[in-house]
Amino acid sequence: MSIPRERIRNFCIIAHIDHGKSTLADRLLEYTNTISERKMQDQVLDKMDLEKERGITIKAKAVRMIYKADDGKEYLLNLIDTPGHVDFNYEVSRSLAACEGALLIVDASQGIEAQTLANTYLALEHNLEIIPIINKIDLPSAEPDEAKREVEEIIGLDAEKAIMTSAKTGQGIKEVLEAIVQRVPAPEGFNELPLRALIFDSLYDPYKGAVAFVRVIDGHIRPRQMIKMMSTDKIFEVAEIGVFNPDMQPVQYLQAGEVGYVAASIKNVIDTRVGDTITDAENPAKEPLPGYKKAVPMVFCGMYPAEGEEYESLKEALGKLQLSDASLFFEPETSAALGFGFRCGFLGLLHMDVVQERLEREYNLNIITTAPSVIFKVKKTDGSKIEVDNPTNFPDPAEIEYIEEPYVEASIMLPTEYMGAVMDLCQEKRGTMKDMEYINEKRVILRYDMPLSEIIYDLFDQLKSRTRGYASLDYELTGYKKSDMVKLDILLNGEIVDALSFIVHRDKAYGRARQITEKLKEVIPRHLFEVPIQAAIGGKIIARETVKALRKNVLAKCYGGDISRKKKLLEKQKEGKKRMRKIGNVELPQEAFMAVLKME
Amino acid sequence: MKTIGLYIHIPFCIKKCHYCDFNSFTTLELIPEYLAALKKEILSLKKYGYTAQTIFIGGGTPTILRCEHLADILRALYESIFIAKDAEITIEANPGTLTREKLISLKNLGVNRLSIGLQAYQNQLLKIMGRIHTVEDFEKNFETARNVGFDNINIDLIFGLPNQEVEDFDETLKKVLHIFPEHISCYSLSVEEDTEFYRRQQEGTLALPSEDDEREMYYRAIELLTNKGYNHYEISNFAMPGRESKHNMIYWTYQEYLGLGAGAHSFLDNKRFYNYSSIQAYIKSINEHSNAVANIEPISVEEQQAEFCFLGLRLLDGLDKKAFQKRFGKKFTQVYGRAIEKLKEQELIKENTNKIRLTSRGLDFANIVFAEFLP
Repeated sequence: MSIPRERIRNFCIIAHIDHGKSTLADRLLEYTNTISERKMQDQVLDKMDLEKERGITIKAKAVRMIYKADDGKEYLLNLIDTPGHVDFNYEVSRSLAACEGALLIVDASQGIEAQTLANTYLALEHNLEIIPIINKIDLPSAEPDEAKREVEEIIGLDAEKAIMTSAKTGQGIKEVLEAIVQRVPAPEGFNELPLRALIFDSLYDPYKGAVAFVRVIDGHIRPRQMIKMMSTDKIFEVAEIGVFNPDMQPVQYLQAGEVGYVAASIKNVIDTRVGDTITDAENPAKEPLPGYKKAVPMVFCGMYPAEGEEYESLKEALGKLQLSDASLFFEPETSAALGFGFRCGFLGLLHMDVVQERLEREYNLNIITTAPSVIFKVKKTDGSKIEVDNPTNFPDPAEIEYIEEPYVEASIMLPTEYMGAVMDLCQEKRGTMKDMEYINEKRVILRYDMPLSEIIYDLFDQLKSRTRGYASLDYELTGYKKSDMVKLDILLNGEIVDALSFIVHRDKAYGRARQITEKLKEVIPRHLFEVPIQAAIGGKIIARETVKALRKNVLAKCYGGDISRKKKLLEKQKEGKKRMRKIGNVELPQEAFMAVLKME
Repeated sequence: MKTIGLYIHIPFCIKKCHYCDFNSFTTLELIPEYLAALKKEILSLKKYGYTAQTIFIGGGTPTILRCEHLADILRALYESIFIAKDAEITIEANPGTLTREKLISLKNLGVNRLSIGLQAYQNQLLKIMGRIHTVEDFEKNFETARNVGFDNINIDLIFGLPNQEVEDFDETLKKVLHIFPEHISCYSLSVEEDTEFYRRQQEGTLALPSEDDEREMYYRAIELLTNKGYNHYEISNFAMPGRESKHNMIYWTYQEYLGLGAGAHSFLDNKRFYNYSSIQAYIKSINEHSNAVANIEPISVEEQQAEFCFLGLRLLDGLDKKAFQKRFGKKFTQVYGRAIEKLKEQELIKENTNKIRLTSRGLDFANIVFAEFLP
């Protein structure tokens, strides 16, 4: 490596979804000839299809650029991409810890959003040099001065030196690169000290195994070196190290200040945990780098193959996903209604959606998920304490002394005109307002103490619909509080369908029970007999609907020309029946299981 | 030499009815060209030496054709195939198209059965259906037909019509019984795609009777007609003893039939094939290749068994287990034992030594029964 540490710049980009992070990153790569325009498949940083469609970056990636600055010298710039969603807060903090600077992108027509703000605060905590960038100034609706004012007023940054860009047209890209060189400090660190490398991401490569993406803080790392993961004390021999060019390119060593990857025939990403410190096995560092936390799933749900015979494929697919996603948890479970499946744990709802979509898209599986649940802490009358994330394990009410549920501090940033609607919503969601902060006369941040279970239910969707998409949400777990939770069961034809049960606050139980029974009435086909749908807490029925018995199902006519056509009709009917889940003598379509997931 | 049922399709109507999704068109200017092609198709049968047990001229409205056209078709038929001595020869007719002259001519041409689409005995309901005739037209035509000597007449009725009440259908049944046709078909309306009714349904302006009322109409028909001595022999069909439609029985007992004309379906040698349904495509193909077969579908044994069963079960007499065994060389219970037990448990069918038949409950849910027989 011919570029000395003084000319290394490690930085990341903080931006709200759709504010142009990926496009700006693409322009930087093009400008530095890291990748040719032709080779660039629009937005190199967002690799998965899914990410492209959702316009978000789910997992961090890194890329290395060589930039010849105006001072005539070559600089090595490492861009570390960060995930942009609340579910991945911890990952973001680790990516930030690998950097000395951050580009803060603000959409000139949208202004700052809650997520951006949260990540900016996180960056300030890590003492990062923040370079404000006002992007999309080519848009007719752009109000760059307003955006600048927000940067100053909301974040308290000097927006004097904010850079005006249009990632779309390429305007301001050079200025961004120059600002990185001039304003982001070079990494500190000592080659002489024992190795300490921060893992900020990892991936699973079929040939190399689990690959850790690292920022070397102290010391250096080479192939064949014996390294130790400080959180687990596991020791591996380095097989290959390299840099992102943007594809992986092997190098002979990485030293303090550098960003790259480490492959050491590690079988599972469980052993390349984000936030962990890699050290030299023979000359280990005394202390790991601060901030390591084991990824803890916060949201759980059951995942079942729609077709029973796909169980093994689902198991295999989850296993494969887990190779590259250490925060995905799963273990086998059985449901009377759905048969064999898995209890899965996720960082949050988005993470859950992403996993489900990847299972369906990349592994061609048809999945039924049960209602997501948080972890409740139950103190039983016998003095024992248990954790419940599955309604099936909810104890008998008589055995419960009290229940605690996880709470978060939710920060919602929104235009003031929607304040009333959002405050109503938060109240409905059992939130208590802690703080209200006017950013300017048009925008406000509301901070609520709120149960996590309400957020995972439908807060995102509700917020979006009640503010026409103008509100943004960020939340952070604050702890557990006592709550009056009950288990709501759904009975079909008198039988409890375990896969439809969920844990809910007593005050919400009636409303949810009514909604679900109504929804089920719509989706359950009529049978030869009447099908009662009941919602119950314990033995007490709190809502009831009835699917009336079918009156007829008969083709009046069937003559010569009709036979093929009518047979197709019968086949369709039979096919539809096959796809149903049989619960007792009631046939349940897949939509029935969705009924408990979300309400319109 | 093969014995078959023969179907001739006349795909023309003056106006399309609001419930109709049959292969019929109002392009009457194509009639001469079409008939020429049809005649060609009929004449091409000569080489096969078929014997027709039944002939059914359906549509469309075959009786909108002029006498000489009808004569042309029938003469071509007699020239091309053998007709069994006691053959049933039916023509479909709509009220208003049957003049005395036409009826006499049909009679002289050997047609011995009429199937008249009355549908309802209320002019206001006929209007809703988009029918172009009145009850009075029907009465006149029916009387003329009787006078001319037609002693085997079917009347088609539809129930479950928009705005129809149980009392309306009751009245229809009673009035029809009063004139005493040999055969009555009572069809439950099904709203099919690509019809005016379907469009109205999508739009939310089709006022169909409740399901309870619709079933009540069906039960009324069964009660009134069987009380009067009609044999309820198929889900939707009633006949005085011995006047069951021989042609339709061929379909339901899974015998072979040949269909001629646009869109007509045939079933021969365990293959189903059908002609192009567009009139132009049919004419073109006949003129260029002397046939108009659009597609041939071989039917697997499993499918044959299923069709045999669900067609046979349409008959109230039921499906003959021995006939099944004779045809397929397999014991019926061996193939369908489990389905039968399940359906019996649901009280949809009953079984005796020779036959399986729908229960009266099964008549309402026949599709559920039929679907069990599919491979």
